[in-house]
Amino acid sequence: MAAHEILAATNAVVTLDVGIPGIVWPWLVTVNMWAKSIGTGVIFMLFMLIKRYPDQVGKLRFPTIVVSIVFIHIFLLFTLADLHQPFRMWHIFFYPHLTSAITVGAWMATAFVGLLFLLAFLSFVKKDDAAFDKALTWVVALAIPVTLYTAALMSQATARELWQMPTEAAQMIFAALLSGSAFMILLSGNKLNWEAKKSLSNILALSAFMSFILYMSEYVFGPMKAEEVAAVLEYIKGDGPYTVMFWLGQWTAYLLPMLFIALSRASKSESILKLAAILALVGLWLVKHVWLMIPQLLPMS
Amino acid sequence: MQLGFLVDLHLCMGCKGCEIACKVENEVPLSTWRLRVKYVDVGTYPETRRTFTPLRCNHCENAPCERICPVSALHYIENGIVNIDKERCIGCAGCVMACPYGAIYIDPETQTADKCTYCAHRIASSMMPACVVACPVEANIFGDLDDPASNISTYMQVHRDVQVRKPEKGTNPHHYYVGAGNVHLNPLASRREEGYNLFNKITTLPVGGHH
Repeated sequence: MAAHEILAATNAVVTLDVGIPGIVWPWLVTVNMWAKSIGTGVIFMLFMLIKRYPDQVGKLRFPTIVVSIVFIHIFLLFTLADLHQPFRMWHIFFYPHLTSAITVGAWMATAFVGLLFLLAFLSFVKKDDAAFDKALTWVVALAIPVTLYTAALMSQATARELWQMPTEAAQMIFAALLSGSAFMILLSGNKLNWEAKKSLSNILALSAFMSFILYMSEYVFGPMKAEEVAAVLEYIKGDGPYTVMFWLGQWTAYLLPMLFIALSRASKSESILKLAAILALVGLWLVKHVWLMIPQLLPMS
Repeated sequence: MQLGFLVDLHLCMGCKGCEIACKVENEVPLSTWRLRVKYVDVGTYPETRRTFTPLRCNHCENAPCERICPVSALHYIENGIVNIDKERCIGCAGCVMACPYGAIYIDPETQTADKCTYCAHRIASSMMPACVVACPVEANIFGDLDDPASNISTYMQVHRDVQVRKPEKGTNPHHYYVGAGNVHLNPLASRREEGYNLFNKITTLPVGGHH
């Protein structure tokens, strides 16, 4: 076959495909995921601190629950705001479809909110630390699927090849650990000693490292597995529309916090540790947003 | 009964009669489409040709939209059609994200998901879908896949090059194409270049609250 014939056969340009929606899940969903990571992440961290540093955590029980309640409600508020028919939200409870991760997630998040208020009651009204710690174990157990269900939802989005359950589940857990530890570093102030803060910074650094490894693995090896993944990742490569935001997120959420944590350990500086925590929280929003947007740019037709 | 659709792309001439019939029959609002015909220009001048691919809901046997819908607004009916209950839909757009064929949209008037239903209301009255009636070359073949004597079954027996879109997704579509090439079925087989569209002033209109 002559070269011009090959070119003629392979040169294909879409010349008419009427307007179809572009971004379906906008930045509201990014806030949803980001706030949920903090809301469940601080619960994981409180549990760890109670187990490892029971003598220091006394004054942190109630503030941590308040932070979790606030961020879980931000998550719920933005979930609601993203619905095109928000006043029909009650349909999820009265017409539930249990194959949907949205339904299961909504039920679990509702139970989680109820348990958070129970913890607040035990801490603030009853002032019963023993009962609080016992109940917290069950809240942590529920916080795990609440953290993971968004990964299941992304996996159920069959059209978006980039989102696979194993990696998204790991990313959700790492995001909760990263944001939970970062928020606890900021929240703890003078209530925790340096050893406890070192533990939190270890969790922050390790979760940042693992998340970064996962993103880089997808970035490098994803295109070798699937044509659609390769096409989606082009949006964060070269002159892609999300290239700058992707790398800004990787540096802000993962690389700089790891570097600053190392520096804070070397100099025993709490200020540098706080800077690492703030960067991780800001950067997490960026990386979540990029990963949410790019599969939506791919034409489905 | 398992209703299905087949489009013979040898016959389709891109007249868009099916698009318009669908719009009128189902009162599909401006900027949204239950059925649309995609044009792809293939080749390099002077060796060029234009391909036409009607695209609609594939009414999958294993429909991702039905699975992800939190309130069963998307549901199967006895004849195999994936139907939608707009009164129940909460507009989460999970189905839009799940559909590998880009066949679902948010209706800007009702703020709920919508898509091709194979004209379920017409079928209930023993009529053919509007697009089938409108097609001047009978490129749309519709019928019961479980009935070996139906039009669609006999057509599939005669024509061996029957294909579906994105079979790797495991959705088992009940929407088939005859005479399709990679350019018709694979969105990644063709480029989308700014300035190469017919009717360039047609742009994506807002589909609802946040966009």
